[in-house]
Amino acid sequence: MTFALEFTLLILLLVTAAGAIFVKDLISAVLLLGCYSFFLALVWAWLGAVDVAFVEAVVGAGLATVLFLLTLFGTAPKDNRLRRPPPPMAAVIALPLLGILLLYAANDLPEFGDPGSPASVHISPTYLEQSYSDTRTPNVVTAVLMDYRSLDTMVETVVIFAAGIACALLLRRQTS
Amino acid sequence: MKIFLLCVLVLLALLIGAYLYRVLQGPTIFDRVLGLNGISTKAILLLIVIGMYFERVEMFVDISTGYALLNLVGALAVAKFLEQRGLP
Repeated sequence: MTFALEFTLLILLLVTAAGAIFVKDLISAVLLLGCYSFFLALVWAWLGAVDVAFVEAVVGAGLATVLFLLTLFGTAPKDNRLRRPPPPMAAVIALPLLGILLLYAANDLPEFGDPGSPASVHISPTYLEQSYSDTRTPNVVTAVLMDYRSLDTMVETVVIFAAGIACALLLRRQTS
Repeated sequence: MKIFLLCVLVLLALLIGAYLYRVLQGPTIFDRVLGLNGISTKAILLLIVIGMYFERVEMFVDISTGYALLNLVGALAVAKFLEQRGLP
């Protein structure tokens, strides 16, 4: 009972991911990827990472679907069925082994919500205690993003702005 | 109350499976778009019930509003695509 929602959401995630790979045409694959992002956002929200869930829902499920469709609109031929070659044998053997290795390594991760985990004892308490007196911002995430890492955020904004300009230029050339 | 909300969450997540079948199986693209819209409405509900479960509804209402707005844009983009491109 305790993990019922986690299991349901993860099964839905797996089904949509497999569907996006195996489906026959490109539009359906794009729609299924939107589905996938949304289930991922639900998982983030359920685990308490509300900001990540917000970004995933808005960017992954909303904007990425629109951008994929615009790309298809501009580039793909009229027949957008997928004819994919069978995957190479090395990938079929190596990728499941890699998955098993990652699952084995995940055994060593600390418990979810463990207050003694390294991420919770190293530097997070400092930010939680001092961010309000340092920056006068009630939200700790905002304080870290906009005050402690403000230069980083500024350059990220420059990158996103440049990407937006590039998208706008490409799409404008398409319509004219 | 928590148990009740968790049951509601699991039932809603299972309900998404019915829509997902239509999205995966749907013979035409319209079935898939309709299934996706159904999934998004269920998922908005799921987000708000998750907010009630954690007793932070006001934060989750923001996420679900943003998703609802952008989902409308996505549905419009699919419709525009099909209008200009013709049916597959």
